[in-house]
Formats: sequence, structure tokens, C-alpha cells
Amino acid sequence: MKLSRVSAADVCIHIFLMIVVLIMLLPLYNVLLISFATPAKIAKQIVYLWPTSFDITAYSYIFSDSQIWKSLNVSLFVTVVGTLINIVATTFGAYALTKKQMPGRNIFLVLILISMLFNGGMIPTYLLIKNMHLMNNLFSMILPLAVNTFYLIIMMNFFRTVPDALEESAKIDGANDIQILLRIILPISMPTVAAITLFYAVDRWNEWWSAFLYLQDTTKFPMQLYLREMLVDVNKIMNSSFASSFVSRKSDLYPQGVKMATVIVTILPVMLVYPFLQRHFSSGVMIGAVKE
Amino acid sequence: MAMNSLSGGTTVSTRPMRKLLERMWQARYLYLLVLPLLAYYVIFQYLPMYGVIIAFKSYNFAKGIIGSPWNDFEHFRYMFQLPQFWHVLKNTLVIAFGRLIIEFPFPIVFALLLHEIRSARWKRFYQTVFTFPHFLSWIIVSGILSNFLYDMGMLNQILQYLGFQKVSLLTDPSSFVGMLFTTNIWKEMGWGTIIYLAAMAGIDPTLYEAASIDGAGRLQKMRMITWPGIKSTVVVLFILAVGNTMGGAGFDQIFNLYNPGVYSVADILDTFIYRLTFYEGSDFGFTTAVGLFKSIVNCLLLFSANLLAKRMGERGIF
Repeated sequence: MKLSRVSAADVCIHIFLMIVVLIMLLPLYNVLLISFATPAKIAKQIVYLWPTSFDITAYSYIFSDSQIWKSLNVSLFVTVVGTLINIVATTFGAYALTKKQMPGRNIFLVLILISMLFNGGMIPTYLLIKNMHLMNNLFSMILPLAVNTFYLIIMMNFFRTVPDALEESAKIDGANDIQILLRIILPISMPTVAAITLFYAVDRWNEWWSAFLYLQDTTKFPMQLYLREMLVDVNKIMNSSFASSFVSRKSDLYPQGVKMATVIVTILPVMLVYPFLQRHFSSGVMIGAVKE
Repeated sequence: MAMNSLSGGTTVSTRPMRKLLERMWQARYLYLLVLPLLAYYVIFQYLPMYGVIIAFKSYNFAKGIIGSPWNDFEHFRYMFQLPQFWHVLKNTLVIAFGRLIIEFPFPIVFALLLHEIRSARWKRFYQTVFTFPHFLSWIIVSGILSNFLYDMGMLNQILQYLGFQKVSLLTDPSSFVGMLFTTNIWKEMGWGTIIYLAAMAGIDPTLYEAASIDGAGRLQKMRMITWPGIKSTVVVLFILAVGNTMGGAGFDQIFNLYNPGVYSVADILDTFIYRLTFYEGSDFGFTTAVGLFKSIVNCLLLFSANLLAKRMGERGIF
């Protein structure tokens, strides 16, 4: 029944989209291949398309570097603490901003809107961080990014759809606004809060620019910057005494493989949460911001 | 009128004043809830805006923002007579408008194609693949791309296999900007389709049924139903994209992909400001002035795009 309705146009669209899928995946697949490859095996194929080696030298090399563990730790800290601050500031603030009985609400909203049109820019922000003595402090990666205005708007749009009647009865029972938010509103808002949390978490994990500007101590670098250092100058790292001691034990250390193994390690957390993210954005949670 | 009631004398205003204070007291828990949010905006958005005044001063770290002397627009005069500034501004505009013309239509085209897929499972599969790169940082993507595009990378292996010349997209100034567009499409196209697909999902399905009964073909339906259904979304996103022109040149991408060999085409205002300040030790006031210039142009572009859209009979964004 259904088959008869598939037209030539359908087939063409599928073929075209499949080609695009291959183009999208090829560079990613290539990274995975190279991270497990040895130069000798790569040279044997004109195009290295099929995995002929499964060599984990690159991975054992990067994981024996003590810095990667420090960097993973930093990224984990920034992601957990940063997301926590993000979500508290965003949900609490968004809830209060939807309450019309709060005097000054419109002024706050206008202030937030202006900040979307205009900002101080790189240098004044840098000077501010310096004056606040946040340089070389991990909170310089967290506090300047405590709220994302788009996510705030999404949260506000959601809270607007919550019927007032839910709060009325609690108010009569003498609950204050904080109690109402924590006990009544947040429990029913969990899907939206979860979606925003995931988006914030990915942003925090991917954050590199504030670290790049504000952290001088390379031992405090998050994974993103560890990767960047590796990509920019893998030779410097591999010529270090640590690397040479490693090479003397295992001969087949391949710079490109080391780089790509680091890429894979940095992607992995994003891949793990991606299925959950995907469920949220395809259900339309993230749409509200632009419709406003 | 409003002015009158505001300046209506202290004696009259005491009662509304007390009422206001009462309402504020009643909202005290709400203020507590909104406090962290406001603290963020005041400290990290508004203090830097205040810091922008060093663009008009000879900034000295020891004297601070207030203590530093005014310098009669010296930074701006210097900026406008600096050939390098005009060159970088040109690069910024070329890349940004290139993105508007070349990159902007891609999500629309793909959303239209995905909309034609009837099977929800396939649609989801395509979306899953297309959207994934959006969630990778430009550092990660630069790693992926360098591996794919460098001299010995897979692209060159394939080209050689097919009998073509090798290409050096990462270092050749003549193709670098095109590479920027292509790789940004690779990363963001799928994410861009989501908003259009949502707009399409909101189209009344009976319109399609009625059109089918009238004998409309697929392309006709696309043109007469789907396109009008997403047009206002396209306009809003276009205005936002124009308003983001100067920032939308894509600092993260360029910063992680460029090298001195391609500065002539890839150096944009943001990368210029960064290098001037942190590598060449340029005056903070001067680079702030360049940043301020960028923000002002951005604002002007946003308002004019919005005005233009309204003239054309669209809703605009404000």
C-alpha cells in the first residue's frame, strides 16, 4: 500500500539527503579512524577509508599525560558548577520576571533587552575581570556567562503558560513566592528545566574563549584549551621529556593520531548527552525564543 | 501628562509612594529570586558598557577608568586614518554579507526537503545527523577539519585518487573565505532547519488536503502553502542575521582556523582587536574604540533591517 505512494521525487530527495549525510559524517568518521591508526597502515591505502589497524597507542599516550586529567577535572568542575549557577539564576529569575505584581519588572525586562542589542565588548569585559581579581580563577569561566538571555526567554515563555490557579491555592495557604516556585512550579516544569540544563551543560563544556582570555596558568586549562594546544603545536608537546620517555617505550607514536585521539576524548561527553538533547529540540522546546 | 504626575509635588506623591513601597514589600521574595539574575546583568553586561568610555580616554590602568584623562577622540581619529583598520573592516563586511547571501538559504532549502519526507523515522534520522556538529565547539571542529583538509588529509587523498590536484584550503588565501562558508554550513545548517521545521509543523494540514483535491502538485504546494507559512520566520531570522553582521563574521570559527598566511582575507575586526591588544600591546582605549565602532554599526544595521522589513509589509522584530 505505502510503497505504491513512493514517487520518483521521494527517491531523489532520499538519495540527495543520503549523500549529504555521508558528507556530514565523513570528517567525523575520519577522526575516529586516524585516532586508532598507525602511519604504516595508513600508507598502505590510497584513501584510508577502511580501518585496518586498531592501535590504542595514541590514547594510552594522552592518558598517561598528567595534564589531561587536570584538564578533564577543570572541565568537569566548570560544567557542573557553571550549569548549576546557570540554572538557578535562569529559573529563579525567569519566574520572578513573569510576575506582573513585582514593581520594576518592566524596567528589568528593558535592561535585559538592551543588553541583547549592545554590549561592552572584549576589552572592557577583560578589564572588569581583571579589576574583580578573577584572572586565573576558574570562576572567570563561569560568572561572566551566568545567564544566557535566549534560554532565559524560553524559560519565561514556559512559566507564562503555567495557570495562575495553581499558585492561588498555595498563596491562600500562606506559602511565599519562593516556596511556591520550589514546591509547585518547578516540579511541573521539569521537562523544560531539564532541556535548558542540557543546553547550558553543553555550552559550559564547550567554553574556551573566557578560559583563553582569563586563565594564564596552563595547568588550569579546560579540555577545550588542552585540545587547542595539542592542535596548534603537537610537536612541542611530543618533544617534551615526558613524550620522549614514552616514545622510547612505544615506538609508533603518530602526531596526527594523538591529536585525533584528543578530539575524540573532547567530543565524547557531548555525544553521550546528544540523544537527550535531540529529544528536546525536536519537540520544540527551543523554538520559543525566536518566535518572541 | 506623565511628566506632570511625576513632578506633582512631594506632598501628593506620598500616598502612591507608600502604596508602591507596600507592593514592593509584598514582592520581596520575588526580588530575592530575581536578584542573582539582575546582579549578573548589572555586573557583566552593564559595567563593561560603562567601561566603554575608555574609548574616549587615554587609559591608564593605575588611574582607572574614571581617573584617566579624556583625549578628544584621539583613538577614533587614529582608527579612521589607519589603513589596516579599513582593510579589516572590508574583510569583516565581505565575510558577513557572504554568510547572509550564501549560508542563510541553506537551512531553508533543507527544511523544505525534510518537510517532504513522510516517514517520521527518516526525518528524525536526517535531523539527528545534520544537527550534531552544532554542539561541537569550534576548537573541536577545527581539529576535525584540519585532519580532513590538511595536505595529507582525506580530502586530498580522495582528490589524488580521482586524478585531481591537491588543494590546501586551510592555507590558501584565495579559497579560505569559501572554506569558512562551507564549513560553517556543515556545522550549523542542521540546527538552522529546526526553527523552520517548527514553523512548518504549525501549518494547517487541511490546506494541503484542499490543495491536493484541487490537483496541486508538490512544487505548487511548496510554493503556495509551505513557503508562505514560513515566510515571517525567514524575515525575522534575516533581520536578526543582518543585526548580527559585525559579530556574525564568526570570531570563534576564524580564530581557530586562520593563520598569518590568510590574514589578508580572514582578519576581521574581532581578531584584529584581539591581536592588537594581547600580542602587539596596543592601547586598551584604542581597541575599545574599535569595538565600540563595531557595536554601533551593528545596532544601525539591526534597526535599518527592521525598518526595511516593516516597509515591505512584514512584522519585524520590534
